[in-house]
Amino acid sequence: MATFALKDDSVVVIIGSGAGGGTLAHELTRRGIKVVLLEAGSRQSLESFSQVPGESFNQLTWLDTRTQSGDWGVARDFPTLPVWHCKTVGGTTVHWTASCPRLQPWELRAQTTYGAVAGTSLIDWPITPEELERYYAIAELRMGVTRRNDIPGLPASNNFKVMYAAAKKLGYRRVRTGHLAINSRTYDGRGFCIQQGFCVQGCKMGAKWSTLYTEIPDAEATGNLDLRTESTATRIEHGPNDRVNAVIYRDAKGHEQHQAARVVCVAGNAIETIRLLLLSESSKSPHGLANSSGQVGRNYCHQITGFVWGIFDKPIYFWRGATIAGVIEDEAINDPRRGFFGGYRIELVALDLPTLPLVGLPYGWGRDFASIMENYRNLAGMFINGEDMPRPYNRITLNANVKDAYGLPVAHIHVDEHPNDRALRKHAQGQMSRMYEAIGAKRVVVGPTPPATHNTGTARMSADPRDGVTNGWGQTHDIANLFISDGSVLTTPGSANPTLTIVALALRQAEYISERMKAGHV
Amino acid sequence: MNQLPRRDFLKTATGLLTGIVVAGSPLALIAPIGRRAWAVPLSALATAEAATLMAMARTIAPHDKLDDAAYAFVIKAVDEAAVKDDRVRKTIKEGIAGLGAGFATRPESGRSAALRKIESSEFFQTMRLKTLQVLYATPMAYAYFGYEGEAFSKGGYLQRGFNDLHWLPEIPLEDGGPLPI
Repeated sequence: MATFALKDDSVVVIIGSGAGGGTLAHELTRRGIKVVLLEAGSRQSLESFSQVPGESFNQLTWLDTRTQSGDWGVARDFPTLPVWHCKTVGGTTVHWTASCPRLQPWELRAQTTYGAVAGTSLIDWPITPEELERYYAIAELRMGVTRRNDIPGLPASNNFKVMYAAAKKLGYRRVRTGHLAINSRTYDGRGFCIQQGFCVQGCKMGAKWSTLYTEIPDAEATGNLDLRTESTATRIEHGPNDRVNAVIYRDAKGHEQHQAARVVCVAGNAIETIRLLLLSESSKSPHGLANSSGQVGRNYCHQITGFVWGIFDKPIYFWRGATIAGVIEDEAINDPRRGFFGGYRIELVALDLPTLPLVGLPYGWGRDFASIMENYRNLAGMFINGEDMPRPYNRITLNANVKDAYGLPVAHIHVDEHPNDRALRKHAQGQMSRMYEAIGAKRVVVGPTPPATHNTGTARMSADPRDGVTNGWGQTHDIANLFISDGSVLTTPGSANPTLTIVALALRQAEYISERMKAGHV
Repeated sequence: MNQLPRRDFLKTATGLLTGIVVAGSPLALIAPIGRRAWAVPLSALATAEAATLMAMARTIAPHDKLDDAAYAFVIKAVDEAAVKDDRVRKTIKEGIAGLGAGFATRPESGRSAALRKIESSEFFQTMRLKTLQVLYATPMAYAYFGYEGEAFSKGGYLQRGFNDLHWLPEIPLEDGGPLPI
């Protein structure tokens, strides 16, 4: 691993080491570009991952304060944890469940496909499906995604057998263990999945792709990566000539440091990325960096998610096996006859015993709640993953009344659901309930919307600079050497879990940054 | 549990919650022979206050055959939180006083009705969250609910039942995948 000087202004500074930042760091360093990678969290390893769910949560999760408002269920059920992502080297790729569907061509043309939907800020993506598909193919190969490139699918678990039988009763056809960045056999020097069911606690086999033990060590091996852990960026300096020229951060000891930069790439997840842009306000950028459009932080999307639990009269042991190895894709279509625009996936899910009451049944107590828990062995689980509508007032702002450890305002998240969001969720919950009932469930329990994990849209790519924050390469419309490299840039969320798209866009962005640097444009 | 010298214990303890593991309960299977009596020394709560909280935890998460010892972990966690934070101590103590001295001996219907009335209070929500956080993470709860937990050290569930369900049809290979060897 390299060490670069704080005043070395030839480096690219990347903030955040997850799917976007970690992949970008590898792609730039292997092209010979010097990278300083700032990561707010500490570095864990396959050996150090805790397998005690409560401990693991504290080990990996971004727990710094956020505040929230709005009418979404998360504000009621999880008032102190609106979003659930990681603060550790590898970012949220350490706890993700590795579902890797592609966005479909019509999902990249949301405005054209759905037409004018009142109360939304829908736009089309500024890049074509064909262009994105080229990079999907590279990302899938890199991550070892199952059912692509002749890699077999994961074997069926008990929980998937229940989902499969139920789906077939309703006539669904596209029901499989899915495209997962989880090794079904050894791949890229990593072992295969041994069906632990501890995907969320960090995969101790390393069978699940995470930048922690793929892209980041590969970047370190180039000799061009300076990874600084427990280093929290607090400000990006807006210098002369409409360029950013430095990143201010707190190091592991809490001391303020000033790292010069030729290019800055922000990849802190769609909440912290926005907070950093807003904290970087100056006389040149009075409303925050790259915010001449006023779009920074707006159009926050989180996808429509939620649990449905089926209680059966026989054991399922749904905790055994890869958490999300099952998907039904028949509803991932746009069919307005269902009463809403956009589609959803039905994905397999299970929760470990300590987590189920906290995340899967968060408002429960008393006899009814306990009777569900008594059936823990006999539970089956499914999860909605659907498209939500971008709205200008669903946004990330700074909360001047609540400060972090450094005295800086925390992020505030506001979400009011669009009627389309509610209609989609209701349809999904109805279909999932009918599925379990069709194969003899004793009872179906419709669970809550959990804290948001698929955070997107807050610095979206747009053809017209008035509609978004970045162009089709994640380069901000306002500042040529400032890039956004995480889910914030997704123009619309579609119904695909976002990580594969984030990785594909990072691969593409790396090519662009490298070419622009070579040509002297940034 | 903390191993305090007896003299220190007498100086600092405010109460003691005790019980016997019931023979035949899941915990009896994992409790060492002859070590079935348990005691939780308390540093913020009095014995009677702990008894009220015990009844409250058993009303929030009523699993009749789950041993009191599992719920005692909840009370221990609440006591520790009250020692660390004066605000928590005040919330808990005032909440207990509000429930009244007879709460622990009331029938479950009466206890549930009393708790429903204070459902939105900070006291109830603190106790509810603590109960859910602690109870289901205890080894007794793992045994009681049949949860097998961490699997890495045992080679995962690949050879230990992840696909042993046989009351539904098997999945065609093209929709699942081959078992890795």
